[in-house]
Amino acid sequence: MRAIGTLAHRLAILVYIAFALFPLFWLVKVSVTPNDLLYSEGIRLWPSRTTFEHFRFVLAHSDFPLFFRNSLIVSLATAFAATTLAGFAGYALSRFAFRGKLTVSGLLLVTQMFPLVMLVAPIFKLLSPLGLTNSLTGLVVVYVAFNVPFACFLMQSFFDGIPRDLEEAAMIDGASRFGAFRQIILPLTLPGIAATVGFVFTAAWSEMIFALMLISSNEKATFPVGLLSFVSKFSVDFGQMMAAGVLALIPACLFFLLIQRYLVQGLTAGAVKG
Amino acid sequence: MTPAPRRPFLQRLGDRAEPWLYSAPALIVITAVMLVPLVVGISYAFRDVQILNPFSGGFVGLDHFRALAGDKAFRVALVNTFWWTVLTVLIQLLFGLILALLLDTPFRGRGIAQALVFLPWAVPTFLTGLNWAWLFNPTIGPLPHWLHALGLLAEPSNILSDPNLALWGPITAAVWWGIPFFAITLLAALQSIPSDLYEAAAIDGANPFQRFWSITLPFLAPVIAITVLLRTVWVANFTDLIIVMTGGGPADRTQTVASYIFTQAFKRLDFGYASAISLVLLFLLLAYALLILLLRQRLIDRDK
Repeated sequence: MRAIGTLAHRLAILVYIAFALFPLFWLVKVSVTPNDLLYSEGIRLWPSRTTFEHFRFVLAHSDFPLFFRNSLIVSLATAFAATTLAGFAGYALSRFAFRGKLTVSGLLLVTQMFPLVMLVAPIFKLLSPLGLTNSLTGLVVVYVAFNVPFACFLMQSFFDGIPRDLEEAAMIDGASRFGAFRQIILPLTLPGIAATVGFVFTAAWSEMIFALMLISSNEKATFPVGLLSFVSKFSVDFGQMMAAGVLALIPACLFFLLIQRYLVQGLTAGAVKG
Repeated sequence: MTPAPRRPFLQRLGDRAEPWLYSAPALIVITAVMLVPLVVGISYAFRDVQILNPFSGGFVGLDHFRALAGDKAFRVALVNTFWWTVLTVLIQLLFGLILALLLDTPFRGRGIAQALVFLPWAVPTFLTGLNWAWLFNPTIGPLPHWLHALGLLAEPSNILSDPNLALWGPITAAVWWGIPFFAITLLAALQSIPSDLYEAAAIDGANPFQRFWSITLPFLAPVIAITVLLRTVWVANFTDLIIVMTGGGPADRTQTVASYIFTQAFKRLDFGYASAISLVLLFLLLAYALLILLLRQRLIDRDK
């Protein structure tokens, strides 16, 4: 009876793993299937011949390296800027009891609840006279603002985990508050900072709605914008589309490994963040 | 007790200002990029703002809302939003809860299994949408053929172009992508249940089902409630998968209120009308939040 239970448990886990990995497996499978086999061997689990031709084409003869670079610049800049701002604000929320603190927390929480899609039109209108539409800088500014509230809660939870006595001792020894923050607290929070960078990077790498709205030229397109326009233009080049898809997956998976240990903290800090 | 000596004014001012200095940069960015556009957007709802029309911009009062009242596509979107949100959240919760319970038992290789089943959460949503759209495509995807073989589809066709089934496409993708969220949250809650409770129950002869019913579920209930409430708002606002997979089609059968806003702003460039729909969505969400608060108050009052 017990053995059957264990077997059922392992089987159920395997079913979940298969369900989680199958779409990604199919993506990889089509990306290495030669064009002449794509239709004749449509639903075979693995093609009888494989090729890297699609990857070669995507890397050498398409704009995807450019989209990849744009996305990387935007996501890294967003991750570092948002984490810096959130580091300071999260520290204030964690260490100070001040009038207005509840208002600040409430404000941050509200920004997580209302539909961001309703900002699409006004943000476009407000950024365009500033020359920030169709610009990577504009995209970074928008993404930083969207991710700061969540990053604040995350950083606050990391600071809360560090005993106050540490900086109080340093301040008794003559360090200023900022000196104690910089020299004692920040180094201890490094793993948390890395996790926050990872979370924000992943969010910025995935963002599509505002990128579609704000970016109009190919040179400034981020990966989702480039991939979606490729899909609508060349909707039969499945091998190339999926090779590009695999490329988009790589940084996301790398950062996933980085933040895996902090998933619980990240999800509970964001609460509503995907 | 003697009163503490008053410290110099500047020092007191400095102490007061310190937390604000730390949080000011973040607050300024949020105000400039989120709160100001929010207010501006609300004003657009009462103005004629069309990017392609340079003569637009005038005040139109409630015209957009009058148009909205007679807009059939909007009514369809309201109904779709309900089904999209309810089905997505409930299916995610069900499979997420089962996964969390499976992962709560220690076994060899649990770390790797956990990383693999949580991986979908890391996949960018635009890629999730495309990936599932390809799987549902009968030319290169296996799903139509499998569904046909199981007798669920009369012929191996693309459910994304079938008006009656299309909404299941984005729901499937959303479930695949969102199971990890529920599993992670619920797993954390499961692991915080004191193990001596289970030991005591086992000594008293409770079977696994009884233990689940009288220990696990009561402990999980508040976490489930909060997660579901917050997730409902998030899923209702979540448009990426719908925009990528169906674009709201066929014939608006997968259009939700949030994706309708995007369609109006992005494809028609009618910012005024898009903002009017946004305002309605905001009111619906506020009403939902209020309902939840009232319900919570009711429950608290009843417990007293």
